[in-house]
Amino acid sequence: MKKLNAFIYTLILCAAISCKKDIIEQTEGIAALNPTTTDANAGDWKTILLSSGAEIDVPAPLPIANPLYVAELNEIKGLQQNITKDQQKEIDYWAAGGVLRWNEIMRELVAKYNLPPYQNEDGTYPFPQAANPFAYPLFPFSNPPYAARAYAYIAAAQYDALVATWHYKKLYGRLAPYKNTTGINPMVSPTDLPSYPSEAAVLAGTTAEMMKLLFPTEIANIEQKAASHQLSMMRAGAATRSDMLGGEALGRAVAQKFITRARNDKAGAAIGTPASWKQLEDDCKARGEMAWISLESPKRPPMLPGFGKVIPILMPAADLIALRPGPPPLTGSPQLAKETQEVYDFVKKQDRENFRIAHFWADGVGTYSPPGHWNAIAAKDFIAQNLSEVKWSRNMALLNLAMMDAAISCWDTKYFYFNARPCQIYPAIKTLTGVPNFPAYTSGHSTFSAAAATVLSYLTPARAADYTKMANEASLSRIIAGIHFRSDCDEGAKVGKKIGEYYMNRGNTDGAR
Amino acid sequence: MKISKKINIKQLLVLVVCCFCSIAVKAQTETDAIMMDKNDLCLGGIFAYSKWTNYWEGSLKRQNLNIGSVSSRQYHLMGTYGLSNKVNLLFNVPYITTKSSAGTLSGLKGFQDVSLAIKWDAYNKKVGKGNFNVLLGAGFSTPLSNYVADFQPLSIGMGSTNLNGRLTLDYSVNKFYATLSNAYIRRSNIEIDRTTYFIDRQIQSNQVAMPDMMQFNFGTGYRYNGTIVEISVSNMTSLSGFDIRRNDMPFPSNRMNATMVGGYVRYNLVSQLILVGGANYVVAGRNFGQNALVHAGLFYVITLKKSKN
Repeated sequence: MKKLNAFIYTLILCAAISCKKDIIEQTEGIAALNPTTTDANAGDWKTILLSSGAEIDVPAPLPIANPLYVAELNEIKGLQQNITKDQQKEIDYWAAGGVLRWNEIMRELVAKYNLPPYQNEDGTYPFPQAANPFAYPLFPFSNPPYAARAYAYIAAAQYDALVATWHYKKLYGRLAPYKNTTGINPMVSPTDLPSYPSEAAVLAGTTAEMMKLLFPTEIANIEQKAASHQLSMMRAGAATRSDMLGGEALGRAVAQKFITRARNDKAGAAIGTPASWKQLEDDCKARGEMAWISLESPKRPPMLPGFGKVIPILMPAADLIALRPGPPPLTGSPQLAKETQEVYDFVKKQDRENFRIAHFWADGVGTYSPPGHWNAIAAKDFIAQNLSEVKWSRNMALLNLAMMDAAISCWDTKYFYFNARPCQIYPAIKTLTGVPNFPAYTSGHSTFSAAAATVLSYLTPARAADYTKMANEASLSRIIAGIHFRSDCDEGAKVGKKIGEYYMNRGNTDGAR
Repeated sequence: MKISKKINIKQLLVLVVCCFCSIAVKAQTETDAIMMDKNDLCLGGIFAYSKWTNYWEGSLKRQNLNIGSVSSRQYHLMGTYGLSNKVNLLFNVPYITTKSSAGTLSGLKGFQDVSLAIKWDAYNKKVGKGNFNVLLGAGFSTPLSNYVADFQPLSIGMGSTNLNGRLTLDYSVNKFYATLSNAYIRRSNIEIDRTTYFIDRQIQSNQVAMPDMMQFNFGTGYRYNGTIVEISVSNMTSLSGFDIRRNDMPFPSNRMNATMVGGYVRYNLVSQLILVGGANYVVAGRNFGQNALVHAGLFYVITLKKSKN
């Protein structure tokens, strides 16, 4: 009996030691956004596609003495009766910041759809079809260029919509519900910022509308989130129903401008055709260089070879293409041999720290992609800075416009030179993460990271050294993972930095400084 | 007397495939009803080779031409010590290498998880013509090195620290026996090198909650004078976890299930030298490689202290 007791005690002790800790996610339970400034004049900031914050008309709201407005205040009082735990959780979630939450939702969607299609029986590959998005393979395949463009379009549309919002907030000056009556408990940080139109509704409307283009299979899901955002902020006392209705309409109208632009930016043709794929290979061979081939089995068509022709949102396309670096080390050159040896020496070591670096920055299949990673890095720092929603979106727009241009420029370079990956040239190189299915020169990670680090260093100068270090590590991660040559990374980073500087200049002149 | 006694020392090592791709082998003497005598130490090594080409992506059976076949070589240092005739301690230290036959991904190698277990022969009773035996066990395992768990299917292990509790029922009549063993395996969270990952939703953390597991093993065969011939069927089932998405890579917290059939032979070469060998094959699975594993090993029995009686 003694033995049995001892045995049972041992088991209980062991079970107690092994108690699993709940996973607390990075932005779970963070405090409600409490901006240090309302940026009351942000309605004058320079917009991206809109001519100004006043371009889209938003009708004047009813005066606060109007019985219909009083009824809206009563609606909020009703919503605040007996708030359940789940409702409170939803309020706390959205109160942390609309730009933040929608950015997180975007990152999740990119990760969800970032899966390469499985091959057909005959060894060819199906392509996702925007016209039939629910058929396998689901539309879209949110690979890095697709993702960079999607993040940029969402961020830019949100920014223009919020500048317009701030314009009308100042123009009409209708204060928050809890300032116009007693009996409404503000469950967000109280603010002097007018509540018409509601920034929550603008963000919800803009984003939901953009999703019709970018993630059509998620429209139903996103509309639910948009409704949750608005209802939660109404329940929180941040805005009334008419504040929401005005905001949502404005957001959707702004999104329409961006959708029209996106439909004509040539991204739809970026997949190319079998003839164009062959042409790339032939052109490369004609130059006497080893042409890139897909290392997948069966061989997969190159990823978005026409993405370099996508029209940027802000930067003139010709300026971007002018950044294309000179050729990579030639096939058979001592320089290429030296760089190949460097990659081989890294991978053959199987160093644990190298695996850490390679995997930390891999952001490959099934992830939010390198631009998503930089959004996560940026969001973490912006949370600490207590920015207004409009400043948040301005910073996110600068960051993501830069990364979209990085994608365009990098893809232009990749398909202009069409050169091989290290493990194509030297198959003994075994990689520490998956090899992307497109040419090596230049490195996308390096271009994205240098662009992002340059913009973020401008936005948060105190962290500049950290961002540079991160970008350098992201760049190096591709060499030590066996994915890239050093030239791919160095040249990519140089271009990324130049693109970042363009958006620094933009930041200096957009009125938000 | 000593020699005959040694021959009666029944030592069995059943190998189970313990994860999706690392194809770990674990000393699962906990699954059998065989005890070492007091102060006897059985030490030895096992080499195992395993390989799979087909795997289950969720419940869809497929191949991946970008991986080809995943093979693993495993070197186990194992031992059992008789704390008393009724209580045994067991350990296993595995070194594992993995490799894929196609594609560019690097194989991995390293020390996997040390496992320690205690087994108690709790209850014996003559029932009918045979003996009925109840054993209780508890085990602990933890990574010996900071290996990369988030590189499935080429990782050598899952990276979690595990605890298990086990109940084993054994019934033998003359030279024939049947053993049923059931374990609950509790697994700790693991930490991976990325800060965010997608399961069925995005998780913004480097912590991964690992599914706990249930394990069953049924073996039956011939057991006499140190010789054992056994056939077995075993099953491991994750109690949570998610399916691999279409054409995605596997992940440590996938819902990994497998049913295996196997055979096992043990033979005393000379009184203290034991030869073991066996094979098993995955016949059904989920988020799991259709693994075939063969193993062979050699053990030596030493009496550390003369027993008083």
